[in-house]
Amino acid sequence: MAEALQHARRYLDIAWLWIRAAWAYPASFVMLAIGNAMITSLDFVGLWIMFSHLDDLAGFSLAEVGFLYGASSLGLGIADTLIGSVERIGTYVRTGRLDQMLTKPVPLLVQVCADQFTLRRLGRITQALVVFGWAAAYVDWSPLRVLVTVSMVASGAAVFFGLFVGFSCIQFWTTDASEFANAFTYGGATITQYPLSIFPREVLVALTFVIPVAFVNWYPALFVLGRDDPFGMPGWFQFASPLAAVVTVAASLLVWRTGVRHYTSTGS
Amino acid sequence: MRTIGGSDLLYVAIATRAFRRYSTYQAATLAGIFTNSVFGIIGSFAYLALWRANANAGGYDSGDAVTYVWLGQALLMTVAVWGGGTTDDLAERIRTGDVAIDLYRPIGLVQWYLAGDLGRACYHLLTRGLAPTVVGAVLFDLKAPESPVALLGFVLAVPLAVVVSFGIRFLVASSAFWLLDQSGVKVMSGAFAIFFSGLMLPLVLFPGWLGTLAQALPWAAFIQVPADIWLGKRTGGDLVMALGFQVLWAVVLLGCCRLVLGAATRKVVVQGG
Repeated sequence: MAEALQHARRYLDIAWLWIRAAWAYPASFVMLAIGNAMITSLDFVGLWIMFSHLDDLAGFSLAEVGFLYGASSLGLGIADTLIGSVERIGTYVRTGRLDQMLTKPVPLLVQVCADQFTLRRLGRITQALVVFGWAAAYVDWSPLRVLVTVSMVASGAAVFFGLFVGFSCIQFWTTDASEFANAFTYGGATITQYPLSIFPREVLVALTFVIPVAFVNWYPALFVLGRDDPFGMPGWFQFASPLAAVVTVAASLLVWRTGVRHYTSTGS
Repeated sequence: MRTIGGSDLLYVAIATRAFRRYSTYQAATLAGIFTNSVFGIIGSFAYLALWRANANAGGYDSGDAVTYVWLGQALLMTVAVWGGGTTDDLAERIRTGDVAIDLYRPIGLVQWYLAGDLGRACYHLLTRGLAPTVVGAVLFDLKAPESPVALLGFVLAVPLAVVVSFGIRFLVASSAFWLLDQSGVKVMSGAFAIFFSGLMLPLVLFPGWLGTLAQALPWAAFIQVPADIWLGKRTGGDLVMALGFQVLWAVVLLGCCRLVLGAATRKVVVQGG
């Protein structure tokens, strides 16, 4: 426990360094924050325009889709802000920076995740919170639903953490394939901004058991919104997001360790 | 009449080198093709759900809509919708001051980077354009070009789309002359491009004045115009108008590039110089 706190302190130290560095170009920083918020806001405007041609999307209203969208965007936003830099691991391998990092008395994963930490990604979180807050007004709340919602957001962030770390490890083997991970991280976020009832059953099964992004929002949201599961999956799945999160994170840490063990410096 | 001279061959040489340079990163290309295909599949199911509920939204049928998704994925990297390409090299060279070397080359800066970017686009079209489209055609019912004329129009529209996109990206990169770092402007410009190019949602779905505005902005030339030509939504005189729209924006933007470059070289002291 004390060790984990120590790691968190180191993480914050490095993050603070990068926040100050970003201020070297203040105009860029401000525009980056606005631009990031704009990208995600226009994303939602896109959904809203879709709904101007529809009453519902595969049985879900705009407010319900807003709830799904907000939850998934929030999960991705938190994970991306905290550890999104892990995507750049291939660059560190190529430039030899990973060797420098390995010599420092801070765990490699902490260093890689905190490196180039940037607050500008807060733009996404802010926008997600606005949409989520708006959609939440349409929910019939109960204490249990609040609890499931909190666990949904935390688990969602953890699942995306796992996907970011796990799929970025491919770059230990092929340093320039960083985009491969995007299909799972940003792809996962794009999938979950729609009700999964637009997909065939086989896709849902894959999103439940292979890449478990269905637990980021779909299953818990079905409970919170009081909806019947259109696919008739087991009811307890709606409370299983924390389990999916633990499994994904554990798997990704295992892949990370394998990747680091496999790593041989570009100089050798 | 002008004949093909040494400078034309020079541009071809620049384009070929850019093509070869991008083709070095094979793992990146494969990863990108995979990602484009995943996003194509997601988009297809989303649009199928939309057009199942509203069979004639925006004047498209569901076949048009799914084809549109894959055309969008094919053009995404080719046109460099959210930035990138040789203009990123320019921005970096402005930041480091190396642009000074570019400026005393006996060839215009705009032409130099445009030739390189067309080479890059060619590589991306043949790999990240073609391969996901094959995946899409296997998984979904895609429409072939409406007619031979439509195919010809599409073949003309794609390079024009790249030039329009280059014009915007060059201007964005030039902002580094004043701001030193293009990344803020680039992200903002990318946000507009994703929305107004029709990548996120076909512009034909945009309601009222927003639709009219979106169809008039240069970003419409990126995806919406080539896709509508492919789908046979613009034929005859309208097809000529569509290509004319792209040419007009290309000329206007390249003109702006020259003006901005002129202002930049007069006003800005190159770093380290």
